[in-house]
Amino acid sequence: MSEVNEKELAEFSAEADAWFAENTVSDPGFRLPLTFMEVGTDQQFDFLRDWQNKVWSAGYLGAAWPSEYGGGGLAQAFQDAATKAMRKHQAPIMLNAIGLNWTGPMLLDIGSHELKAKYLKNILSGEDIWCQGFSEPENGSDLGNAQTRAVRDGDEYVINGSKIWTTQGNYAKYMILLARTDPDAPRKYDGLSFFLAPMRVPGVETVPIRKLTGEFGFTQTFFTDARIPADGLMGEEGQGWKIAMQLLEYERGVRGGQAGGYIITEQNAFDVVELARRVKRGGKPAIEDPVLRDKLVEFIIEIQSNALCRQRVPIQPLNQEKPFGVPLASKLMFTEFVRRLNEFAVTLTGTGGGYYVGDPNAVDEGLWTRAYLNAFSATIGGGTSQIQRNIVAEHVLGLPKG
Amino acid sequence: MDKIGKLGFSEEQADLLEVAMNFCRDKSPIERVRGLLEDKLGHDPELWKEIGEMGWLGIAIPEAYGGIGLSMAEVVPVAEAMGRYLLNSPFTATTLAAQALLAGGTEAQKQAWLPRLAGGEAATLALLEAEGDWDVMAISARAGRDGDTLELSGRKRFVADAASASAVIVSVQLDGQPTLVLLEAADLGREALRPETIIDETRRTFELTLDGIRISEDRLLDPDLAATALKHIHLCSNLLAAADMTGGNLSVIDYTLDYLRTRTQFGKPIGSYQALKHPMVDAYVMYEQARSHVYSAAHCFNQQGEGEIATRMAKVTALEAYSYAGDRSIQFHGGFGFTYDCDAQLYRRRAIWHGAMSGDSAFHKKALADLLLG
Repeated sequence: MSEVNEKELAEFSAEADAWFAENTVSDPGFRLPLTFMEVGTDQQFDFLRDWQNKVWSAGYLGAAWPSEYGGGGLAQAFQDAATKAMRKHQAPIMLNAIGLNWTGPMLLDIGSHELKAKYLKNILSGEDIWCQGFSEPENGSDLGNAQTRAVRDGDEYVINGSKIWTTQGNYAKYMILLARTDPDAPRKYDGLSFFLAPMRVPGVETVPIRKLTGEFGFTQTFFTDARIPADGLMGEEGQGWKIAMQLLEYERGVRGGQAGGYIITEQNAFDVVELARRVKRGGKPAIEDPVLRDKLVEFIIEIQSNALCRQRVPIQPLNQEKPFGVPLASKLMFTEFVRRLNEFAVTLTGTGGGYYVGDPNAVDEGLWTRAYLNAFSATIGGGTSQIQRNIVAEHVLGLPKG
Repeated sequence: MDKIGKLGFSEEQADLLEVAMNFCRDKSPIERVRGLLEDKLGHDPELWKEIGEMGWLGIAIPEAYGGIGLSMAEVVPVAEAMGRYLLNSPFTATTLAAQALLAGGTEAQKQAWLPRLAGGEAATLALLEAEGDWDVMAISARAGRDGDTLELSGRKRFVADAASASAVIVSVQLDGQPTLVLLEAADLGREALRPETIIDETRRTFELTLDGIRISEDRLLDPDLAATALKHIHLCSNLLAAADMTGGNLSVIDYTLDYLRTRTQFGKPIGSYQALKHPMVDAYVMYEQARSHVYSAAHCFNQQGEGEIATRMAKVTALEAYSYAGDRSIQFHGGFGFTYDCDAQLYRRRAIWHGAMSGDSAFHKKALADLLLG
């Protein structure tokens, strides 16, 4: 990337700030999903697809992707400024999470010109929704043992098996698919291959999964002799695990290349502070209770911990001892924080914790209970917190595998 | 929330961090630290001289007073490096005494003393008293007027490195108001200092008996600035304590990891067991978060509002992280952890020390609640 012109960057930031101030819709008349894993209705999906398209058209998504593939061709600092403006104005999330944060960066790194030309622009515009096919019903944390089969047949691969926790699976046009091409490989990891797979072909069926909240957002995907083009193979057969691990690095911010924006709404500890002003303990605002004040301060400190760690990552001299420690631990830090914050908020509502989404008496329409239950999607999905601890222990702290 | 600070890192901080880490690693290997545990002075006078020559005592002293003219933000990486290698010297005490003079001294006092402190003469503070209170405004020691002379009475505790200090800045009540006075080494009689037995054996502190000490009025720091100065010292000492703790925190984590990689039981390195692995990750995450807070506090320190919030957050997180890592380090070393020879106790004791000296988590969280929640 070329040198950043500070004056241009400042102008761009100011324009982005003004644009999001003017265009952000906070209440479309129905509930907006807080994360990309909570898109449960067509109304939510359509709104968020339009929103992503609008942000991209205005130049605030994919600003740092090459212009020949639909990006803005600018330095990363410009996209960072746009993302910052989004956060400031609490703009809705970007919908096409897997495309923007996983497929896109991967194609930019290792994709051919043809693949980039075919996919990148439609990822940014939201025209092509992407989903991810990694976890299987019998292989969750032990992803390397995935058993969905891909058998080469001429110009095609024939896929059989099942993937689960496919976010937006019912809307997706493409899937990044981890499947086994060689069941006899000496190491289970070496038998896996990585595909860009079309979803709208015969033999692919998606079935919505009802979440613990009672709502939808994920599917299970079944492959029954589904035929996908062989040119969707990324790299070579047997490189699937390596590529999948590379994608996790995009997810955790160890590698750059993401299109920008965010796919999970920042949980704001100060919203819980406001809640503490509204609910009562012993006839007085809960915020006057010394024990609750202590808890609130702890949550404010912790949200600040997450924000500061994010700010620290680019400061090289402060990351020398354990270079990828903070980014690799960030999922663990953030997702567990969100879960605990919402759990606390539920108890803070007092008797309100007894209501649920849909009851007219529910505090904030049941937001806190729903957010707490939904928070498990992040502490379990993408590698459970327990697996995250193994990853940090082995890759950052140098402890031996169990 | 606009009172919440950000993180920034200057080139000066980066340079000092690198130089200080190398210096402390070379000069303060753990054998050297242990060698000084029973030493009367508690530090190496030659090393103290070198620290003076490096100019580190003048980092946050303006050039007009013989210093380098940077700020507390640049003292932080040095304090962190010293904490990493448990290097003890009158560095912290002297730095805090200089800050007391800068924030509360008269022009004459600043001109007389700051160049000496910047040049490597040791000084210290005497603030704490018998009730175990962290409130630096709660003072029982007194100064009474006798003509132009002030007569002191009462006792102060935990006066760091007082035996090597040329100046001791003491908080007393004068005319019913908290006030600071400056004592010179010669003012202290033979019996005035009693060496204390303290939890952190790398340090030396003294109980100071003020009874009978008579000083002239020009030893009074500016009474109008006393409250501001006391608050400033309190925050400075917490900032440096937090920096010292994140320094030691990484050391105790690495020390424990070494053991977990090499000690075997049931035919496997014990670090392969998740019962040990996962708490180590938690300790590590707490450390990284605390370190982010420390450098945010350094960056925001001089900003009204943000500085105090960031500093108290840094103290809370650094203390909790260091305490947890030290506690788990003792436990995870098993039988060896229970011995004096295991270094885990050195780190754990230091965290206890910092909590005891400038406020524990609950104390700072209460202050934060008032600042953040109204």
